[in-house]
This record gives sequence, structure tokens and C-alpha cells, in this order.
Amino acid sequence: MNSTSTIKNIQEEIIEEFNFLEEWDEKYAYIIELGKKLPPLDEKYKTEQNKIKGCQSQVWLHSELNGDIVNYYADSDALIVKGLVSLLVRVLSGHKPSEILQEDLYFLDKIGMKQHLSPTRSNGLAAMVKQMKMYALAFSSKLNS
Amino acid sequence: MSLTQQELINLKKKGGTGFDIQVIRKDFPILHQQVNNKPLVYLDNAATTQKPQAVIDSLVAYYSNINANIHRGIHTLAEKATSAYEVTREAVKIFINSRYTEEIIFTRGTTESINLVAATFGKQVIGKGDEIIVSAIEHHSNMVPWQMLAQEKGAVVKVIPVNDEGELLIEEYKKLFTPKTKIVAVNHVSNTLGTINPLKEIIAIAHEHSVKVIADGAQATSHLDIDVQDLDVDFYAFSAHKMYGPTGIGVLYGKKELLESMPPYQGGGEMIKEVTYEGCSYNELPYKFEAGTPNIADTIAFKAAIDYITYIGKPAIRAHEQELYNYTVEKLSSIKNLKIIGTAKEKVSVASFIIPGIHHQDIGILLDQEGIAVRTGHHCTQPLMSRFNIAGTTRASFALYNTKEEVDRLEEGIKKVIKMLG
Repeated sequence: MNSTSTIKNIQEEIIEEFNFLEEWDEKYAYIIELGKKLPPLDEKYKTEQNKIKGCQSQVWLHSELNGDIVNYYADSDALIVKGLVSLLVRVLSGHKPSEILQEDLYFLDKIGMKQHLSPTRSNGLAAMVKQMKMYALAFSSKLNS
Repeated sequence: MSLTQQELINLKKKGGTGFDIQVIRKDFPILHQQVNNKPLVYLDNAATTQKPQAVIDSLVAYYSNINANIHRGIHTLAEKATSAYEVTREAVKIFINSRYTEEIIFTRGTTESINLVAATFGKQVIGKGDEIIVSAIEHHSNMVPWQMLAQEKGAVVKVIPVNDEGELLIEEYKKLFTPKTKIVAVNHVSNTLGTINPLKEIIAIAHEHSVKVIADGAQATSHLDIDVQDLDVDFYAFSAHKMYGPTGIGVLYGKKELLESMPPYQGGGEMIKEVTYEGCSYNELPYKFEAGTPNIADTIAFKAAIDYITYIGKPAIRAHEQELYNYTVEKLSSIKNLKIIGTAKEKVSVASFIIPGIHHQDIGILLDQEGIAVRTGHHCTQPLMSRFNIAGTTRASFALYNTKEEVDRLEEGIKKVIKMLG
């Protein structure tokens, strides 16, 4: 991953990668692989506070501000969600809070995974995106103060 | 097809007319569609069943021909609507064999029926320090209303334990009774495990202690013959949508003398006899518990569902579903590491399972891609999940229109999912 890539560029990259995958099982197999590859979140960050509770699966999200850059670290107990979490981290991590707040997340729609982001999917993903933006907002006001 | 009362009684006595799966499947238009480019396999029937054309037609016919508010109007449409609405009540009476028609209260569904009892009868009989017995395999809807009541009154909720097969421990249940026990709330059939509880025995034991029993029948009515008089149950709650009827309409059966002694649940129109600025007097049963304009259309269409089940017959439905369940167990048992949760001797056709190392949500997402609808999660029975030390299960639940070919699709689907996730 190129650290100078913009959020938009990374989303385009992901869309490109998924364009090669035609069948649903190829797409999901790729997401599952990403889930397996995502480094597990350090146990010390798997706190109640960092837990985004879905009805069925759970997501843990930890964020740090390094200089003026936000880094996200996340995990899930379900593999497909974990793969999607990994994509969200890849897109949003390593950017300035202002960029994270401004940019529109459209790649999940383009790769045919939008349904997983619906608030009714009860997997915590929609809440995770919201939480990522909340952290960005908090960091942004910290930087501006 | 709309059956008269006498036809319903006769068909029920006869056990229905029997079963032709190909004919039955044609009755359910929703089944004949592609989901994610695969023919739909609908195995989430414990959540809600699909509706036969007769039920859909009844809804359309009501709104097309006789829509009017009931019980108060004197015009022709109001009379037609009122009559059709009350015909359903008569059909429910026959369906569960209650003694009196006015023992049938229409509600929004099982959950509201239970909440009604908790908020009226419950508040009457439960005081500080009193005890309510529930079972370890209750749906949240037959657990939370009692916890709320207990919290409000300073009462205690006690739990009938369950064995590893998912059967209630009746000897332990007997030991829970004290002079403080006032209510037993238990399901007839477990939504998560499919266990059929020995309800008649559970009720008899409670009655020895002069304790009233409310049974959650949501998962029972589409599978089992229900006879509230034979069970001697005090309250029995169920929903139309889990027995091929519309959503938003359910039943509370209560023994007449109990319903008469209870205060109303909600105030408004229909439930009153006379209102002055100083106060009011309440209407008679069942209207005392049916405040406001009820769900007329769905209640009328509910009759079509009762007709449908009665026409085919519970014995034939049960036999078909049992065969499907046995076939499912045979097929799933061949899958390495798969473990069925809930292996009670008496079960309806519900197969809940886990595959260690694989999250149930992943299974659900991928089966959906194969066009297979199952339910994953804790099934609104979180305490039960803790009892079995699991986060959730994948549940395949069957109805009369399911086939062995669909079970084969499920088996293939699970094998593919394991391959992808393994």
C-alpha cells in the first residue's frame, strides 16, 4: 500500500482488484483471505470500550493519532466481517482526520458488498464506520485546539 | 376455499385431507423465485412462514370489497367486515379447542399476548418477594416481560434448568415451587432447539401448587395439534405469521374466569361499555382486551391460514416435517465437526447447529449467496446460548412446503461454506 495514496485512490485500487473477480464465491473467498491476513488486534485493545457490538458478530476498533495521521486497528470474531473490516482499515487508516471526515466511502457499493454496511445487517460494520469518523472528528478538534 | 365452522370441525376430527408436496408448493407464490441467481431455499420458518395464495387473496379481497371499521358501524360494509372478523375468532376457537369463543383475544402477536398477561394478571397476583418460574429455553419474549414485572414488584424469576439434549429437567422444576410461586411461564416448543416440552405435565404440576401457567405457543401451532382444554392451560399465546397467516395478528387464549377477573390492558374505544367524564365501565370479553381499531384485514386473512392447515391436516404436516428433519439429521451428521444443538427426544423440525471454528454469521452470509435462507445468531435466547457455552447457532427450520431436495441443497451449501472458510 502506498502511504501517499489518497482515500479515493485506495478505493479505486480495491474496486480494480474486485473487477477481476467475477463469481460471488471468488469475491467472498478474497474477502475471507483478507480477513485471515488481518493482523490480530493486540489483546490489550480488545476492551469493552473498543467493542462495537453487533447482534451477531462483534468488531473491535482501536485508533491512534500519530502526528497528524490517524491509524486504525481493528478485528472481528467473524471472518467475512473481518475481511470487510480489513478493507475499511486499508482505506481510512494513514490519513489526516480532515480527509477521513471529507471523503465519501463508495467502494463497498462498487464491489457488491454494500448490503453488509446496512444498519439492519446487525454486524457492527455500519457502527464501525461511524465510530471511525467519530475518532477522526475527535482527533481533528484535538489538532485544531 | 373458505370453510364453514362445521367443515372445520369435521376436517379437524378427520385429520385433514392429506398431502401432495407438489400441489402445496404451488400454493406459495414466494417460493418460486431466484435469490442470488439460485432457486430460493427457504429454511427460516421458525422466524416466519410463507403465505399461501389463499391468505394473500383474502387480504386483497378484504381491502377490495369490504374494508370498514368493525363493531360500531351499522352500514353494510361494517357488518360484513365485523362478521368476517368474528368468523376468524370462531375458527381460532375450533383450532385450539377452547370452550368459549370469548376466550379468544386478538393481539399483535405472541409478544403482545404475553405482555398483556404480565401487565394485567401479572400485576394482580405478583407482590414483593413472590416468584415466577420460567424455563432456560425461553425466547426473550417470554422472559423479559417477567423480568420487568419482577423488577417492578420486587419479585424473583426462577429458571427451570435444561439438560445437554435441550430437555427441561422436570424433577428440578418440581423443586422450584414454594408458597411464593405465583406464575409459571414456559414455551410449548423451543424456537432455538425445537424441543417439545411436556406442557400438559408442566401445567398439572403447577396446578397442584395452585399456580397458573402461561404457555408461549408461537413455535407449536403450525406443527402440533393444540387442545387448550386437554392441556388445561390457563393462558396460551401464539402468532398467525408463524402458521402461514399474516404478520401483526396473534392470539391470547385465556380461561374465561381468569380473563373476567383481570383488569383491561389498554384503554380506548371498543373496550368500554360506558364513558362519562367521571369514569367508565368496561366492555365484556373479549372486547375488554381489544382497545382501539384492531388489525381487521390480517385477522380476516388469518382465517384462510387456519382453513389451509386444517384442510391439509396436522398429522400429515407433522409426518412430512418429521421425515424432513430425520433426513436433515442424516445428511448433516455426515459433515465433519458439525454438531447439532438440541437433540431432545420430542422435537419439531428445527435443526440448530454449530461448526467449531466457523462463525455462524459467516455461514449465514455464504448460504444466502447460494439462495438458502437460514437464521443465524442467538435466536433471541441469549441465556440459552450461555447455557450451551456458544455465541450462536445456524438454524434451519422446516415447514410443510420444504422438500428433501432443499435439504440436499443445504448440505451442499454447508460443505461449500466449510471449504471456503476452512
